[in-house]
Amino acid sequence: MENIGALSILLAFCFAIYAVVASVTGRLKKNSFLIVSGQRAVYSVWLLLTVAAGLLIYSLLKGDFRLAYVAAHTDSSMKTIYKFTAWWGGQEGSLLLWSWLLATYSAIVVFMNRRKFRDMMPWVTSVLMTTEAFFLTLIAFVLSPFGVLQAGRGNIVEGVGQGLNPLLQYWTMVIHPPMLYLGYVGFTVPFAFAMGSLITRQPGDAWIHTTRRWTIVTWLFQSAGILLGQGWAYAVLGWGGYWAWDPVENASLLPWITATAFLHSVMMQEKKGMMKVWNMVLISGTFFLCIFGTFLTRSGVVSSVHAFAQSPIGKYFVIFLAVGIAATVILILERLKYLKSEARLESVISRESSFMFNNLILVASCFAVLWGTMFPVISEAVTGEKISVDAPFFNRINIPIGLALIFLTGIGPLIAWRRSSLESLKRAFLIPTIAGVALMALLAILGAYEHPFALVSFGLCMFVTATIVSEFWKGASAIRVKNGIGFIPAAIELTHRNTRRYGGYLVHMGIVFMFIGYTGAAFNQDITKEVAPGGNTDVGHYNLHIANIEQGENDTYAWQRLAVDVSRNGSALGTLYPERRLYKASQQPTSEVSIRRRLNEDFYINFAGLSADNKRAVIQAYVFPLVSWIWIGFWVLAFGTIVCLIPNKVRLSYARTQVVGVAEKHATVEN
Amino acid sequence: MNTYWKFGAIVAVIIGVLAWLAMGGVTESKTYYKEIKEVKQMGDHAQSEKLRVNGYVEQGSIVRDGAQVSFVLHQTPGMLQKDPVRLAVVYSGIDPLPDTFKDNAQALADGRLGQDGVFHASKVQAKCASKYEAKPQMKTEAKPLTQARS
Repeated sequence: MENIGALSILLAFCFAIYAVVASVTGRLKKNSFLIVSGQRAVYSVWLLLTVAAGLLIYSLLKGDFRLAYVAAHTDSSMKTIYKFTAWWGGQEGSLLLWSWLLATYSAIVVFMNRRKFRDMMPWVTSVLMTTEAFFLTLIAFVLSPFGVLQAGRGNIVEGVGQGLNPLLQYWTMVIHPPMLYLGYVGFTVPFAFAMGSLITRQPGDAWIHTTRRWTIVTWLFQSAGILLGQGWAYAVLGWGGYWAWDPVENASLLPWITATAFLHSVMMQEKKGMMKVWNMVLISGTFFLCIFGTFLTRSGVVSSVHAFAQSPIGKYFVIFLAVGIAATVILILERLKYLKSEARLESVISRESSFMFNNLILVASCFAVLWGTMFPVISEAVTGEKISVDAPFFNRINIPIGLALIFLTGIGPLIAWRRSSLESLKRAFLIPTIAGVALMALLAILGAYEHPFALVSFGLCMFVTATIVSEFWKGASAIRVKNGIGFIPAAIELTHRNTRRYGGYLVHMGIVFMFIGYTGAAFNQDITKEVAPGGNTDVGHYNLHIANIEQGENDTYAWQRLAVDVSRNGSALGTLYPERRLYKASQQPTSEVSIRRRLNEDFYINFAGLSADNKRAVIQAYVFPLVSWIWIGFWVLAFGTIVCLIPNKVRLSYARTQVVGVAEKHATVEN
Repeated sequence: MNTYWKFGAIVAVIIGVLAWLAMGGVTESKTYYKEIKEVKQMGDHAQSEKLRVNGYVEQGSIVRDGAQVSFVLHQTPGMLQKDPVRLAVVYSGIDPLPDTFKDNAQALADGRLGQDGVFHASKVQAKCASKYEAKPQMKTEAKPLTQARS
């Protein structure tokens, strides 16, 4: 069976190569049979990879421990869901997931657009399939998911397997990797369209309109992936952190930052015909950062707590990145004259310039994170000494950047296109500014002046919230008066009329909530103590009473559990049960923290182990103010993103500055 | 053109400020990767810089004492007390040690070397060699066959 799986991958590789060759030749020779056969090859790739993935999943579920991958990532006592998720628990499987997702996306793209953009689609197909072929090279020739253990050759050995890392046996980890991959892989599609548009010298922005939904959905997946990772780190790793600027975390953040910049700057192209080159650069950058992120995660080039081993695939990634980036740069330079801006920047105080600053700051942040992540590699190359930088470096740069961004979040959407008068600025921002300053003053009086960044952050969050609320208020009030309906229906009607705008506000609101959550970290409190059963200790305004230590075991792991009675100011809040487990298959200990989640603050307790004499429990207790707002913010962001995807009730058309003779030649859309 | 000059000036200021922050950040948090052998050779110089040392935790060397944890790192895995290339480490950071930190695990300790020759770590990361994917060259008994279907 493993032979069928490996054969499918090999065939998929051949079909991917064929799709590239057929599409390009078909396009150049104007042979539509070849083009169609190229498209069919894309469907075949998908079918073959589905077979391969299906076989791998079947082997994982059935527990075919002859396979190296199955033996290394599952054991017979694991829950079925975790056996399934072992698909992406290791290197080979996750590369298969990457390839399968890309094949799925490609098949959908080809199917949906096969009658449109006849001149551009063959190029889109070939870009998609080139990327596919690269990943298939890895799993077909370098790291096969269907490798058989030597011991298992010829006969089925009775084995139990080593099990999936128990730290990963948690619900968010079930969906975190596929979400992130859906994001990583998805950016291949807008990139392919951008390249197709460049190659065929399309002057318009058909590629942007076509891929807008792709980009937004992909961005949502990636946001979800990152947030699930944070949620996992918070609830599983036992120190209550959700972000440590670890290289692998940075790898997921980098393309997210450039994609966010891209989502904003395409508006400039759609509405003003500006920043065309920049958009090409951003989408290419995003795509290559996605590949780079996979490279960082998968090759062990920089050491990381996520600890994927060094592997032989690094050099393949370097080659692919180098060739791909060189080709893209040459192509963009070659086509510069088709990417001329149709309008000029008229004022520093305008919507245009706020978009530009937003982009500048996002890209600066991306660059700083990239620089910091690669610092060991760079410094070793330059000075011969391997030097790393960690959290203080990243925070120092990214906290001011974050504050500037949140400020622009409030300013940007309300400021006028082209230029803004002082009068209109005053009208739009007077109340929000007062609200923000008032909140800062209040918090300063209450004692928050010791944390100036936090103070500014809360003030800005208030400022942005006020601008967003005032936008909904103004619009909905007008509709309410005109249609005689209630405020809530009016707000829904308003959103439905321009889903992009108001959905965007909701996304911004989500970001504000997340910032509130992140800012709360300035006020964290923690203790580490050894306490004997029956003893008490305090953290913040909480009092802990260790009631007892229990232990036991089941098939998968042995456990020790602490019962901790928590009270605040004398009133009991309930009992928390932090636990330690020792997984049998892997001999890996884990801590299961216990968290009392509330909107204002979380109370978090970790049972770190027993003291040297086995009599006292080592506990770590934390108070995390406002942390729940990060997760709430994510749900608001997700909701807002989905709103953006709903078509407007009435199609809006924008007046656009056009340069005579250029804008007329928009992409030909055949029906 | 005036607009572009203004714009350019603002951009320059932003980039300048960020570069300044970055420089400060690097100076503040730069950490030298050193092997245990190299730490020993650095002499007094070792005490002035932040270091990140990579090594393997000696079997049975982990001792908890209140919030402090001490252990011994070795250059090569599986070494016992006799091995001269060893480094005594005391960890007293706020964060709990990772679950992967245990005997024989590969660990990274960040911190400074004290006067007494003991390494004072403020951060410890660990990967458990047996659990995460083994390095390719370490896959001896579990060597996967490639699909040589020739």
